[in-house]
Amino acid sequence: MSLGTPSPPGALTAVVGAPRGPLLARRRLRLYEPIKRRTYWTLAVASLCTVFAVWAALSYNGAVENLFLPTPTQVWQAAVTESSTGILWPDIGASVLRIVLGFAISSVVAIPVGLLMGAYKVFEAGLEPPIDFMRYTPAVAFIPLTLIWFGTTTTQKLVILFIAIFFQEVLLVMDNVKNVPVPFVDMAYTLGLSPAQVLRRVVFRAALPGIVDTLRISMGWGWTYLVVVELVGATNGLGFQIEQAERYLNTPEIILGIIVIGILGLIFDFSFKAIYAQAFPYMSRRGR
Amino acid sequence: MAPRLSLKGVEKTFPSRAGTVHALADINLSLDDGEFVSVVGASGCGKSTLLRIVAGLEPASGGELVLDNAPLLGPGKDRGMVFQQYTLYPWLSAQDNVEFGLRHLPKKQRADVARRFLDVVGLVDFARSYPFQLSGGMQQRVAIARALALKPSILLMDEPFGALDAQTRSLMQELLLSIWERDRLSVLFVTHDIDEAIFLADRICVLATKPGRVRELIDVPLPRPRDFSQQMGRDFLQLKQHVRGLIHDEAARNTGFGSVLR
Repeated sequence: MSLGTPSPPGALTAVVGAPRGPLLARRRLRLYEPIKRRTYWTLAVASLCTVFAVWAALSYNGAVENLFLPTPTQVWQAAVTESSTGILWPDIGASVLRIVLGFAISSVVAIPVGLLMGAYKVFEAGLEPPIDFMRYTPAVAFIPLTLIWFGTTTTQKLVILFIAIFFQEVLLVMDNVKNVPVPFVDMAYTLGLSPAQVLRRVVFRAALPGIVDTLRISMGWGWTYLVVVELVGATNGLGFQIEQAERYLNTPEIILGIIVIGILGLIFDFSFKAIYAQAFPYMSRRGR
Repeated sequence: MAPRLSLKGVEKTFPSRAGTVHALADINLSLDDGEFVSVVGASGCGKSTLLRIVAGLEPASGGELVLDNAPLLGPGKDRGMVFQQYTLYPWLSAQDNVEFGLRHLPKKQRADVARRFLDVVGLVDFARSYPFQLSGGMQQRVAIARALALKPSILLMDEPFGALDAQTRSLMQELLLSIWERDRLSVLFVTHDIDEAIFLADRICVLATKPGRVRELIDVPLPRPRDFSQQMGRDFLQLKQHVRGLIHDEAARNTGFGSVLR
């Protein structure tokens, strides 16, 4: 009955003439098949190690000149110097603060607006066209304008982050809300809830897992635009640090900056996934 | 005595590209206190629409609906609803799902009422389980408990067992009957399953199609309490033959099958 039961060994492979070992036949990949936790982590670590190995191979033996691609050792040294002299931490702090603020402001607006747009057609009709317009204008194009308006201030960074995140996020939240099953809403009415109660206690609650996923994805865009915004007209932050390193052809520091951003992104992503798994156990496939 | 629910000349029309569609026309039906009425009809006859109108989820285009001597205007918890789809809220346990409609009660009382009705459907041991941990039949039992817990004037059921397998469905029918025997609820039950309609009901309302209208109201003279074995009896089968005849012609005519099946 269940999809997880093993198929009769070798039945198909014998016909197509593939290796006939029962082990191979059993190990065929199946759609949506769950894998062991250990297998998951082994694969995840192995893929990261592969990237690292390729980098090491290309750099240590001089296949690519170290000015263009520094060795892992050089990058490690840059990390040690930067963190011991204390210039790395303030840059990380400045970037994290910007992204958290920009993301928080966008989300605080996007969630209620998206909720209304998803639940009420009048809000969708009134707001979607201008939002779509803004969504297709590249946020980067607003950098010169915002620099004129706000100078190289934190406000300017947050405005760009808002433009970059909000207009995508709000439409995804709208879709999350639209995907709430209609019978959930009908049921709530027959249980005597008022429209406002239905919106808050059923529609919002039912859309919440999707919204948390939307937040995770939005945070990802945030990182992309944060670096762009810090490369132009910033006085600190990881993007600024990368831009400074570029002036002195200090490639180890550039690579270091990139790796730090990657790691921070991963940390945020994993945090969201952990929150999701913890808060919505009923959403996992086949409800395990 | 005034009927519990009465529908007089209820109509439902909606606009479409091809002009106005008459979904329901001149529906007259009344339901006495403690009566169990099944509504059957070919697909597309508007039986679910009729139930949704009574539930207040869709407005009628005309006519009059009266429940307990008051006109029906919108949805409300005086009508307990059970849908075909699983409508338990997945983020709530069985207990909390039943409590969901009981916000007007103090917390302690809410929990007691929910437990009592989970007990009625035999699921008190699963009070802390979440819907994804329950089978389809169990989920519908919780949904019934949730509807009953509101002490509704009438229970509205829209093919509540339609998504269940044959064995579970049969057991659910017996469970519903045993609850009905005990509490003498008024039930309006929509189904396309003729056996189910006859087995459960005091009266069957057969709807005709396009526009949906009452084709025939049929009394079910089978003695109560009923049990499963009656479904093989002669009276039952005669009644079934009659209802099937009414619906079959209707379905064939309306779905284009009529020209193919001769």
